[in-house]
Formats: sequence, C-alpha cells, structure tokens
Amino acid sequence: MHAFNYHRPSSVNDAAALAAKQAEGKLLAGGQSLVQAMKLRLASPSDLIDLGAIGDLKGIKVDGGSVSIGAMTRHAEVAGSAEVKKAIPALAYLASQIGDRQVRNMGTLGGSLANADPAADYPAAVLGLGATVVTNKRKIAADDFFKGLYETALQPGEIITQVSFPAPKRAAYVKFKNPASRFAIVGVFVADTGKGVRVAVTGAGPSVFRVADMEKALGAKFAPDAVAGIKVKADGLNTDLHASAEYRAHLVTVMAKRAVEAALK
Amino acid sequence: MAVRVSMTVNGKAVSAEVEPRTLLVTFIREHLGLTGTHVGCDTAQCGACTIHMNGKAIKACSMVAMQAQDANVVTIEGVAKPDGTLHPMQAAFKEHHGLQCGFCTPGMVMNAIDFAKSHPNPSEQEVREALEGNLCRCTGYHNIVKAITAGAKAMAG
Amino acid sequence: MNAPLIGARIQRKEDYRFLTGSGQYTDDVVLPGQTYAVFVRSPHAHAKIKSIKKDKALKAPGVLAVYTGEDLAAAKVGGLPCGWLITGTDGQPMKEPPHPPLAQGKVRYVGDHVAVVVGESIEAARDGAELVEVDYEALPAVVDATKAMQKGAPALHDIAPDNKCYTWALGDKAAVDAAFAKAAHVTKLEFVNNRLIPNAIEPRAANARYSRADDSYTLYVANQNPHVERLLMTAFVLGLPEHKVRVVAPDVGGGFGSKIYLYAEDVVVTWASRQLARPVKWTAERSESFVSDAHGRDHHTLAELAMDKDGRFLGMRVHTTANLGAYLSTFASCIPTILYATLLAGQYTTPVIYCEVTAVFTNTAPVDAYRGAGRPEATYVVERLVETAAREMKLDPAEIRRRNFIRTFPYQTPVALMYDTGNYEATLDAAMNMGDVAGFARRKEEAARRGKLRGLGYACYIEACGIAPSNIAGALGARAGLFEAGEIRVHPTGSVTVFTGSHAHGQGHETTFAQVVADRLGLPIESVDVVHGDTSKILFGMGTYGSRSIAVGGTAIVKALDKIIAKGKKIAAHLMEAAESDIEYDRGVFKVAGTDKQKAFGEVAFAAYVPHNYPLDKLEPGLNENAFYDPTNFTFPAGSYVCEVEIDPDTGKTTIVKFSAVDDFGKVINPMIVEGQVHGGLTQGIGQALTEGCRYDPETGQLVTGSFTDYCIPRADDVPSYQLDTRETPCTHNPLGVKGCGEAGAIGAPAAVMNAITDALWSMGVKDLAMPATSESVWRAIHMKRAA
Repeated sequence: MHAFNYHRPSSVNDAAALAAKQAEGKLLAGGQSLVQAMKLRLASPSDLIDLGAIGDLKGIKVDGGSVSIGAMTRHAEVAGSAEVKKAIPALAYLASQIGDRQVRNMGTLGGSLANADPAADYPAAVLGLGATVVTNKRKIAADDFFKGLYETALQPGEIITQVSFPAPKRAAYVKFKNPASRFAIVGVFVADTGKGVRVAVTGAGPSVFRVADMEKALGAKFAPDAVAGIKVKADGLNTDLHASAEYRAHLVTVMAKRAVEAALK
Repeated sequence: MAVRVSMTVNGKAVSAEVEPRTLLVTFIREHLGLTGTHVGCDTAQCGACTIHMNGKAIKACSMVAMQAQDANVVTIEGVAKPDGTLHPMQAAFKEHHGLQCGFCTPGMVMNAIDFAKSHPNPSEQEVREALEGNLCRCTGYHNIVKAITAGAKAMAG
Repeated sequence: MNAPLIGARIQRKEDYRFLTGSGQYTDDVVLPGQTYAVFVRSPHAHAKIKSIKKDKALKAPGVLAVYTGEDLAAAKVGGLPCGWLITGTDGQPMKEPPHPPLAQGKVRYVGDHVAVVVGESIEAARDGAELVEVDYEALPAVVDATKAMQKGAPALHDIAPDNKCYTWALGDKAAVDAAFAKAAHVTKLEFVNNRLIPNAIEPRAANARYSRADDSYTLYVANQNPHVERLLMTAFVLGLPEHKVRVVAPDVGGGFGSKIYLYAEDVVVTWASRQLARPVKWTAERSESFVSDAHGRDHHTLAELAMDKDGRFLGMRVHTTANLGAYLSTFASCIPTILYATLLAGQYTTPVIYCEVTAVFTNTAPVDAYRGAGRPEATYVVERLVETAAREMKLDPAEIRRRNFIRTFPYQTPVALMYDTGNYEATLDAAMNMGDVAGFARRKEEAARRGKLRGLGYACYIEACGIAPSNIAGALGARAGLFEAGEIRVHPTGSVTVFTGSHAHGQGHETTFAQVVADRLGLPIESVDVVHGDTSKILFGMGTYGSRSIAVGGTAIVKALDKIIAKGKKIAAHLMEAAESDIEYDRGVFKVAGTDKQKAFGEVAFAAYVPHNYPLDKLEPGLNENAFYDPTNFTFPAGSYVCEVEIDPDTGKTTIVKFSAVDDFGKVINPMIVEGQVHGGLTQGIGQALTEGCRYDPETGQLVTGSFTDYCIPRADDVPSYQLDTRETPCTHNPLGVKGCGEAGAIGAPAAVMNAITDALWSMGVKDLAMPATSESVWRAIHMKRAA
C-alpha cells in the first residue's frame, strides 16, 4: 500500500469539505473493495477520508411504503433487519448474498454503490426497485445513477448519505455466482412494483442494466414462462475467464425465470 | 504523518503511533505480537485473518488499523478462558479433527463463533454457506462442518 | 496395562497450539534487527534484461540493499539444482539449463526473480522495489507445451533450442503394437490434465539469520524437508559446509508438494543475511504464490486401450507431453516419468503397456510435484479409458473392472513395479454398497423428473508410495537417498522424545508417531512427544512427500524402538539377574519369562542413566537409539471411489451429491487422522475436476488465474460430506503394515468426478469433457449437443 494521509471526520459536511480539498483523496466506507485495491497498489489515494465515525450515515428506517438505508449501513445489518425482511424481503435476501459473512459485517451500501463494480449485487436492487440515491447534494433516481463500468453520476466530493427503496408488491433476486470471487456472474432482480415490472441485471454487462422486453412481458403476465423465451443479446456483455458473453446472455434468461418463480413463492 | 490508534484488544486497552497505511492485521501481528491471526491472501478471500470487531467477525486484512479506532477487538488469543480452557468452539474443532495444518484455523474458529451466536442449531447447508469467506486446503471442510455444528450446540449450552 | 493405541482415534497433540493462536509459522518469527525482502519480479513471460538500475531504490527511505543476478554471480552463488536425472530414449541425459536464483540476462516467466530489495520494513522494501528500473526487451513467449515443440517456437534456453528437456519411454513398444493389432476394440482419448496451483493457505516464507560470531546461518523456512533444503542449498548453491547451516521448518501451513523444493527466495535471503549481517525475511503475498510456487500436472495426453471382445485389456499405449515450465524445479523431471508411467497398470492385468513422455520448457512457472505427483495423472489416464471403454462396449463399468482386476500377489506389472498386496474387489464392493449403486437408476429417474441430469462414476486407483529403495531409485536417476531417519530418546524417568526426519505440516505426525511409539512401548501417549523440522535437533531426514511418512519415517522409528527394547532387555536382565534371552517386553514391563519378576520401563530407563547397578563393562549407559530405514519396495495404497453428480442443464452447474470412498491403506494407525487426509485429498481432486485450472494468456504469457478471485479452490459449499471406509491388506514389507494415505483422495477423485459427469451426458453424445468441468463448459457441451 502506498502512503496516504488519514482523516476521520465526524460529520458529512466535514467529510465533504475534506473531499473537496483533496483532489486525489478517496472516501473510505467499509473498505472491502478500496482497501484491497490499495493493498495491491492498484489505487493510491493521497488522502483517505474515513466515513466510519459519522453516525448520521448509519441506520435503517421503514416509513410507509419505503425503506431508507443509511449509506454506512453494513450489508449484514440489512440482511438481518426484521424490518427490511418484512418490507422488502428480496432486498434483505440480496444483502445476505453479498461477498461472505465477514465482508457483510464491514461492507456498506454506500460503498458498494459508489464503487459500482459491474458484478456487485446492490446495484441490481437499486435499479430493480427504482430506488432513490440521496447524496449530500441531491437526490438521484436509480435510472440516472449508474453510468458504466465503475462509473456513477456522483460528482467529485459528493457523498451518498442514504438510499430510499420503495417497497414493491413482490420481488426477488437470484444470483449465479462466480465460483471463485462469489461476485455475480449474472444476478437478476425482478420487482413487480404495482405500477409495473422492473428487471435489473448485474454481472452480465459493464454496468447494471434493465431488460425492457422482460419488463413488458412480465407486466402483461407475471409468470416464469413470460420470460423463458426472451433472450438478451450477447453483444456488449462481459466475457472473462469464468463466463463468455453468450453464456451470460443465456443465464440472464434462466435467472430471470427463477427470480419470477421466487417472487411468486 | 503517523497517527495514533487506540482500541481494546482481548480486553486490554492498546494504543500506538502507526503509519496510516498500517492494516489492522499488521497492527495485531507486528505491533501487538499476536501472531495467531494469519494472512493467507491479498484479496480478502481466505479469511485466515478473521477476528472479532465489536462482536462481529471481520477480515483484519481488509481494513486499516484506524478503522478499528475505539473498537473492541478479540483475536484467537482472546478466546480461551484465562486458565487455558478451550472455548466450546475450539474444543469442538479439536474433538472433530476440524484442523490439520492449523493455518486457517484461527480464522475459521473466529468466524464460527460469530456465526454460532445467531445459529445455535445450524443445518449442514447453513454451516457450509457461512464458510464462504474462509478457505481451507487441508480438511476438505468435512470435519470443520462437523466441528462447527457441534460447537454451535455446545455454545448454546 | 495400557490399551492398544494403534488403530485408536486419538485426538491430536498439536491442536491446542493451533486452536489458541500459539502455532509458530515462519512469518511469525521476528528476529532482533529484522529486515524485510521484496522481490522484483518479471512482468514479462520472456524478455532480455538490458539493464537494471538500482540507484533510485537505494536512495528510498528505509531501503538497505538491492541485489541482482550479477551480484549473485559475482559472489559465485550457483544455480538451483534438479534432484533427478532422466536419461532419454536417445541415451542422452536430460537438458539441464542454468537456473539462477536471480535472473541473469533473461527472464523466462511472469514472476521470474529479477532483483531483491531489502528494507527496514516491508513497506519500505515494497516502495523500494517499485523504484528498481529494469529495462526489458520483450521476446515472443510460448506457454503451451505442444506449441513449444513446434518449429519456430521461441526457445527458452540455449542448450535446448527445441525446448525439449527429454523424451523418455517405458515399456515394450513392439509388444504393445502387436496387442493393438489383434484388438477387438480400441478406446482412445486425448485430453489435458489441467495445470494446478497448489495454494497451501500459508504462503511460502523464509527468514535467514547470519551470525558472525561463529560464521553460521539459521534459516527458518516453510518447507517440507529441511535437511534436503539444507543439503541442496549448501552443497549445490551457496558452497557452505552443512554444519554451519541450520534449517528450521517450524509450523508449516500445508504443503501439498509445493514446499518440497529449494526455491530462489530461500537462497537469496540466506545469502543476503550475510551481506547485511542482519536477518532477512521474505513472506510471499498470495499473488506471488500464484506466480512463483511450483505448479502441478499440465499434461497433454493421447491414450489408447486395446481390448478383446469381452473387454479384457490387451494393451495400453500412452503419449504424453509434459509441461515443465521455464526451469527444472527440484524434482520436476521424475514426476511425469518415474512417478507417472509406472502407475499405468492401475489395478489391472493389462499385459503390455508402452508410455512415451516428452518434457518441454515453456514460459510458465516451473512445474513439479503437487499432491499425488504423476499418480493422479496416471490414474486419470487409466480410469477415464476404462470407463469410456465400458460405455463403448456397453459393459457395466464395474464389471469391466472386475474382469481385469489383478487378483494374485505379488504381481509384477509391465511397467516396472511389483505390487506386494491388495484386494481391489473388496474396496469396489464396499464403495458400491456405500454409494448405493443399486439405487442409482431410481435416483436418476427422480432427478430427471425435476429436470436434472444424474451421473455415476467410478475410479479404482492405485498409487506407489514410500518411494524406494535408494539404490534402485539411484539407478533410475535419483540424486538423493530415499530413506528416513528416526531417533528415540528415552529420558531417565521413562518419558520419551521421538525425533523424526518426516516433517509434518498438517498430517498430525506428532500424534500418529506418538501413538506408534506409545503403543509399542506400552506407555501412555502423554509420555511421548515428537520433534521434527529442525536440522539442529534431528540427525537427518528426507522429509515428507509422496505419502511416505508413516511407511518410511514410521518404520525408521520402529527400528529405533527395536533397539531400545533390545538394550532395555540387556539392562533388565542385569537388574533381575536373569539371562537376556529370558527377558520379555510386554506393554511397559520387562519380565523374566515364567516368573513374576519384572521391571517397569521407567525403572530400566532410570538404571540406564543412573548406572550404579549396571553392566558397565558390557553396555554403554543411556537409552537413546537411532535408525535409518531404506525400504525394500514401494507401498501400494489402492481404493475405489464412487461419485454421483447432479447437473442443472439450464446452467451447467454440477453438484456432487454423493461421494463414497473406500481405501486400502494397509494398517491404519489413527482412523480420525486418516479420514481427514482423505477428505482433504478428495477436495483437492474435486477442485481439479470442477473448479481449478491455471490459465496463462497464450499470447502474452500473463498468468490469468493469479488470485483467489480467479483461481477457484473449493469452498465449503462446493463439496459434499464424504462417506468413507477402509479395507486392510497390510503392507508385506514394513513392520507396521502401513502404506500411506496422504495423496489418495487427490489421485482418485478427478477421474471419479469426470466419469460421473460424462455418464450423465453420455446419452447426449458427450464422450469427454475437459477439466475443470466448469458450469459454462458443461452447459456448452449440453447446449451444443441439443442444438445439433
């Protein structure tokens, strides 16, 4: 790891001020991706601004039709929350499938979204549920948040404070894991919001994406068969050691079908 | 440049000046000399560095020491009773031959103890899934699964 | 007086320290004045080194020194030796290119050692390593052994312009050709035995200290055979006298072969410790382990089996190209030859076998023994051929095996080995029962109703363990002995310390060997401790590999015990004023036969150390004996595995739903420990079959599977709970009747798993599938057949 300066602000404002000053600085949430990258010297921030001491960024609130989760809330807290399990069981389940137990005890919602790893799980829930990402500056709709490979709408120094997930009528997440890293080779989040159906796919492409054909078909008939014949194009999907684009495209259909089955259970 | 980090480790308050880039596992091993916590990889997969921070199992290789500021840390050295009696989970690993070379063992035990707190009577599948973050190359996991199942029951009393 | 301990499930003596974090592994050793080494490694698979500039690194804070190949050459540090000379079919010795610990002029694989930076802290050394400026001229690289043999392939070494190290053969080619000419059926397979990266969870590490006071060195190293490490390093590389070098292999976190070898890092830190007169420690990061630990397997094989119309084997023909990597690792040359071709008879009476092996240099990490070492490759050849032959001939795969089992012993195979004993039918029957083969058809139907495919596969393996005897191995090219040494030190009050040259790094020798000694002496196991892994304590040792510890190391201990008891009888005879020939030793007591006179073991020991009433004119005082044991033959563990898989055709994901393993390890000392060895071996074998496969980029030679996020070693939820049992045909040529158990699982499992997968897919026209059978490759096989 290269040397850096360490900061531990106690408020979002202080953190934002520090971030504004340090062009080569990085915000540190749970660190489950960032610290790894720094260890391998793939990331070398001049300054690390640790959000760990900011109480305002933690916690889960269920309010009527939506679940608001603070950016520094650990995956394990979401997975284990009785309130989340009741309001959006698919979200709690998704959180329980991230990484491993130890990673879930440190990793955070905000960190995961800001990092926007193409194979991360949370982006599927954010996009699939049509959540709103709240920052210290504004509110960003899920459809506007993810911009590409490790790219988001966040501006330099902008800090995610919480994410608000509207509770769907029914939803489910199914993930086909990379056997080595346990990230998603393909993860599909299907949500019947009551006003329509959203299908979000993670792992398959450079960034999480929706599948309009599947949404339309499921809107007409929310049943596994409705998506069984719908294939996404392999063009532009990821190819790596573990799965070709063609295989990923196939898995999107299989996982979507299974997600619908799960949502109906 | 150096920063002061303070925390409680195995019930004892500790404090030191460290470089900010000091990992928690480095702080534990090199500064505190608690070498029971191991480093088996550099990508947070193997779990040999698993410790408890504020009661939760975490990977000490995946955070800088400063992230544990003011935290209550327990390492494998702090698990047995002061008189040396093994913790029920440690005893279960011994009884069921849940270890061979011993290198992954501290991380396995630390994760298992945390897991068992919320799973007093786990199924085989639950135990296997709970070990997603711990690699063992010796045991094939068979006896680790048996040990954790028994250890969880023993912890529940 | 004490219950027999051999055969008892005794809990391990070593566990307490490991469970409480009190183990001491090499990286845990911090010496006064400790410094830290970081290696600058080649980012290229093949390149000329035009220049190396150290200045910036040397000026970096905390950097103490930077050394390169030139420095080592100037200091006359030699190259890393290979311990086995193979003579080719052309009568010529294998090509042995120089293997400098730090590259000289050229790098030959990604991760090759270019320079070492020593710093006051690990981070200082890392910072310094980034500042070493190496100017490379990249060269074309070749990573595939078959391509490396082709005309125009880039040549790695001047002395091997065609990249061939040797072509070697075993067996009667003409007789095999004749057998094929009269065959009713020939089964043919061509496959790759996938390259594996061992990945013991403790990364390699070495920490060396030099003492000016007595011009001596101490090297702490994660190693499986400290005396061999010392012998190779002193005699061949550093030119030091052995008595000035102490090698300690403390607690070692798994080896699986990868810690047998003398590595560049061990040599460099030892040499550097003298230059700096300070201890120098290097600990591999996992990413370094991936690129620089010796890898395993990597064969390309064409295999054929000739049969008569009833499925009786007439002959076998095997051509293998073995990838050795960029340099010859310590035992690289004997793995795809002596430890491979000799096992091709398997459990069968195949009368004639011919095997030809070409070993090739490529721009990849050196390849050497990995759990099983040659024997998993041989078993894979035999058992995939046999299973495929059964399917092609529409014979039951168990039946075809039974028709060809060896049933009379000793049995001389056509590939040089003499099996002393075995009962292959017994293990197969037991495994079939345990795996409920009879109920398989019903389970397959039930799975089909759920849309899943089921398959059942067998593997009946044999292995040769306890490699020996030294003189025959020597005639075959071994440059080291293959004996083992043991010492029994009886203390004055009758407790015992056992010193063994067998190193333990997970195998539980501290318990198993104590069981043997306590059982034979009739002492409580608490009275016996085992010491290993330190050349200053152990008289000598060949170390631990090839499942040899109990068969060879255990026998050396028994031989020393025999001497202890013999001397004890002399002392007891004196004490009881009886004839030595009348003294019997029985479970802790020396008795005068036919009388009630007796002396406890402890009394005799005490007399030996306080020799007031003692035959000093005839007998030396003290009770300490050692023995060296060189076996007369290999041991031949064998067994039968039955694997049942379920495949999700929509995703291609394979789940092992049942794995039944029945092994014949001869006499079992501690069933609990033996089962643990099998569990671990099976899991590594399943890893080879399903998840593990080292991949280099064919163009750039970059290691693509360079971390645990890309190279998948099995996790707990990838494998099932296993069903195990044993059958015992005791080894006929060692006193314990033991054969060894450390590698069996890794030897038998890959074929069993792949036989199960191909069984599930056979009706779809899938005859063979490459390892690892990843979800995508299985899906693709199904999908392509369905599409066609």
